Amino acid sequence: MSAAWGTDAAAAPAAPPLEVRDIEKTFPGVRALSGVSFDVRAGEVHALLGENGAGKSTLIKIISGVYEPDGGSILVDGRSVRFSSPDDARRAGVATIYQELLLFPELTVAENIFLGHAPLAGAGRIDWRAMRAEAERLLAALEIDDLSPDQIVSALTVGNRQRVEILRALSHDARILIMDEPTAALTESDVTRLFDVVRRLKRRGVGVVYISHRLDEIFAIADRVTVLRDGAFVGAREVAATNAAELVQMMVGRRIDNLFPKTKAPIGAPVLEARDLVRRPLTKGVSLVVRAGEIVGLAGLVGSGRSELAQTLFGITPSESGDVRLNGESVRIDSPETARAKGVAYVPEDRGVQGLVRPMSVLHNFSLAALGGLSRAGFIDRASERRMAEQGVARFSVKTSSVDEIAGRLSGGNQQKIVLGKWLANNPKLLILDEPTRGIDVGAKAEIHRLMSELAAEGVAILMISSELPEVLGMSDRVLVMREGRLVAEFDRAQATSEAVGAAMMGGTSSPGKAA
Amino acid sequence: MSATAVASPASPLSGAWRRLASQEALLAVAIVGLAIVVGLINPRFLATRNLADILLGNAYIAVAAVGMSMVIISGNIDISVGALIGVLATVSGSLAVAGAPILVSWLVPLVLGVAVMAAQGAIVAYLRIPAIVVTLGMLSILKGGLISVTGGKWITDLPQNFHLADLSLFGVPMPVVIMVLATALAALWMRHSPRGRAIYATGGNPEAARLCGVNPQRTVLMVFALHGLFAGLASLVYATQLRVIQSTTPQGLELTIITAAVVGGVSILGGVGTVVGSTLAAVLIAEITSALVFINVSPYWTDAVRGALILATVIADILRRQRRAARGWKR
Repeated sequence: MSAAWGTDAAAAPAAPPLEVRDIEKTFPGVRALSGVSFDVRAGEVHALLGENGAGKSTLIKIISGVYEPDGGSILVDGRSVRFSSPDDARRAGVATIYQELLLFPELTVAENIFLGHAPLAGAGRIDWRAMRAEAERLLAALEIDDLSPDQIVSALTVGNRQRVEILRALSHDARILIMDEPTAALTESDVTRLFDVVRRLKRRGVGVVYISHRLDEIFAIADRVTVLRDGAFVGAREVAATNAAELVQMMVGRRIDNLFPKTKAPIGAPVLEARDLVRRPLTKGVSLVVRAGEIVGLAGLVGSGRSELAQTLFGITPSESGDVRLNGESVRIDSPETARAKGVAYVPEDRGVQGLVRPMSVLHNFSLAALGGLSRAGFIDRASERRMAEQGVARFSVKTSSVDEIAGRLSGGNQQKIVLGKWLANNPKLLILDEPTRGIDVGAKAEIHRLMSELAAEGVAILMISSELPEVLGMSDRVLVMREGRLVAEFDRAQATSEAVGAAMMGGTSSPGKAA
Repeated sequence: MSATAVASPASPLSGAWRRLASQEALLAVAIVGLAIVVGLINPRFLATRNLADILLGNAYIAVAAVGMSMVIISGNIDISVGALIGVLATVSGSLAVAGAPILVSWLVPLVLGVAVMAAQGAIVAYLRIPAIVVTLGMLSILKGGLISVTGGKWITDLPQNFHLADLSLFGVPMPVVIMVLATALAALWMRHSPRGRAIYATGGNPEAARLCGVNPQRTVLMVFALHGLFAGLASLVYATQLRVIQSTTPQGLELTIITAAVVGGVSILGGVGTVVGSTLAAVLIAEITSALVFINVSPYWTDAVRGALILATVIADILRRQRRAARGWKR
């Protein structure tokens, strides 16, 4: 495919450079996309909106040649094509910038841009001068004046690395650039500079597919927006002719009513009483109480020591000093085994690393934390094990073809439901949840919230860490705020407003400085 | 709402289909298929005597592969097992020749096997040194130690009642009995006991296993100790079917054992595999070695064929995974 990022493409009402029609894609047990159509015109930013699990990732993987669709067609300049590899897509002018940047940190900016297609000076030698000049030209084209071709990539900020990836895409004469949540790891000033670059790309006639969760960004940068939900096409709108309320409605459907359904539960005796817990460096004398039937939200900024506190309570990093009482009994929790034996359950933040044994079946993952109770004479009672897993799958609405499916093949939300269900199979008295709904779709989220309420009603004491303030405020009977390793504020449900809790998180003394 | 697709009624069928396409089933088909093909070329291959020789002569490899599979499934590896089997066989034979009670000469290799492997397991689990390094060290110690102590002298004149492998139970020769029992018990235990499940969890994701109350370090130690028991058992079968024990370590034995585990479907990355698979693979490898003789291929090709088998298995495994990935299994 030849170079074509001139402006002539934008002038004629020709076929869009990229279009997909009626795409179908099914994974084992899950229909990921059904009948999705989508197109990108030259010189526009087309946002792709939808929750996790809505099918955005699958769609961009099809557009970029990672997956082949089961049905439907891909058209480049109106001609039907087949992408059987990312390379095919690249040759057709489609470049993708993933969330995880794919750069070589020890090479220079220019080397990274031209890796694999460096200008040659004969006899297979790289023409360094030409490469440098080309890199300069690309930098100039996007009016980037604070990057030089000779900088080593490892010394660059995330925002600058991302711009290197964009330059790399341009060096391949990309006409369609897919950006998967490009602002997820950026500081505010980086976002501004990214948007400048995106606008210049538009002017050059590049079509940008822009994926983001953040509505304000979509209104700032996009021309059109397509919304997906549960793998289906919901609608496409001109950004100028829509508003946030409509987009949210399209994204979540009517399920938004199900969010945060914390119901009243009788609050009983203290289940967890911790006093002056210390575990350096991030737990500096924490005292707290969680009662039966109570959901206590633990708010705080990233790095405030919330997850570390949870890990200390669960014995992963045992406390150095302080007392813990569980149901009035003084205990020393020195390992996860002890914690588990005392009726404490912990659902970790990073389910991939900490929660799930991915090569194992759903069945075996469900029973893993409850094997002691399921065993007779040293052997697992297979019938009750299967019953337990099938009940768990039903109770948590885990989308899987069968309990014998390998857990690692399910979607993120479904994996999280398994991790949660695995712990509940053990009938814990105290449940510690670290970011229970991060990165899962709204449907799964509502189910997890419903479950938390149910458990509280059954008398389980729940300590929930969450970075989503609405979740903390909606689900908690009480909100504790942690900052720099200490609990700094406590609010009843009635007092807990986002302003009050937010202010306590930021703190009066240390204002949130600009991220470097 | 479409989000509540629970275990569909089709699942028993797909489960059965999956079992049918499993590594174990493929190996069983390969064993029978190879026998038929070679039998057509040279009918003498199918003589009972030859088939029995294949099983008897290689049962000890299958027994050792049971332990090796556990070690690999737990996310580790052991390359000292071949040398250990040589040492244990020598110890066992020497005891018998020195006039120790026969039961002692049978039991000592089992105990010693557990001790040596448990020591390695402890180093791997608690000092967190990679198993390949620890067992490479042990390989050299055992190999060098054996030669230094015995001077390479052969052990002859073994007492008649030493030969456990010559016995039979209900007409089935002892090596086969031991192989089948070891495989069956280990398979049941690994699949249906909490500790067996802990091995898979530890190999699949030690961090998650730990949070679920599995102690990965203790599991690794236990796996190595058990592996030592199976190595001891293997050495016993190996030593007691020989009339003369060469007090050296069998050349490349550890590789044959690892091959059996890998060809049997044990993932070298840990977390996946069965001991039934490894035993079937051990039989298949033995069958191939014998078949080469019967179809007049130089025995020097054995190693090459074995190597090709490893590559074929691993490639087949990767291709299967890629096809799965291409069909897509995650959103």
